[in-house]
Amino acid sequence: MQLARVIGTVVATVKAPGLEGVKLLVIQPLDRSLKPVGGQLVAADAVHMAGPGELVYFVAAREAAQAMPDPFVPVDHAIVGIVDAVSELPGQTP
Amino acid sequence: MKLGRVVGTVVSTINAPDFDNRTLLLCDLIDPSGRPAGGYLIAVDTVGAGAGEMVLILDEGNSARQVLNAPGAPIRTLVVGIVDAVTDGPL
Repeated sequence: MQLARVIGTVVATVKAPGLEGVKLLVIQPLDRSLKPVGGQLVAADAVHMAGPGELVYFVAAREAAQAMPDPFVPVDHAIVGIVDAVSELPGQTP
Repeated sequence: MKLGRVVGTVVSTINAPDFDNRTLLLCDLIDPSGRPAGGYLIAVDTVGAGAGEMVLILDEGNSARQVLNAPGAPIRTLVVGIVDAVTDGPL
């Protein structure tokens, strides 16, 4: 799992069966200092509560679909939690 | 499996139900000599690992779900061991 910031939403009317009602969000993966790393992604929102600006963590690959109510959906990134706090131990900053 | 060092925790109230009552550890990936190998993972703790410890990280979904006995959980990354020593080179 990795940290990411939600930066937008995606609306698609025509989509694969099983994706009806699934909220799609644009996320920017972050390193552990919360700096952007890599490209932006579209992820399904498995917690139904994430919104733009929020710090979240997401899973990729098969586990992303497992997070959805129907686990046989074409989803490869899913937000599985909204982060309240990331506590780093002193002296461990990169 | 991968080697990591626990560098922090991630606290979350709103999460997928399978994450309820699980501890999430922020782990830097390291090489066998303890130097950062680049990157990090958020892993579910199964062994009670603590701050600064070198740990063994399992990053494969089927194994992770088997360890947790949680089929269907969207969990792939676990801390499955606390490393006492790594011997590098011929034994």
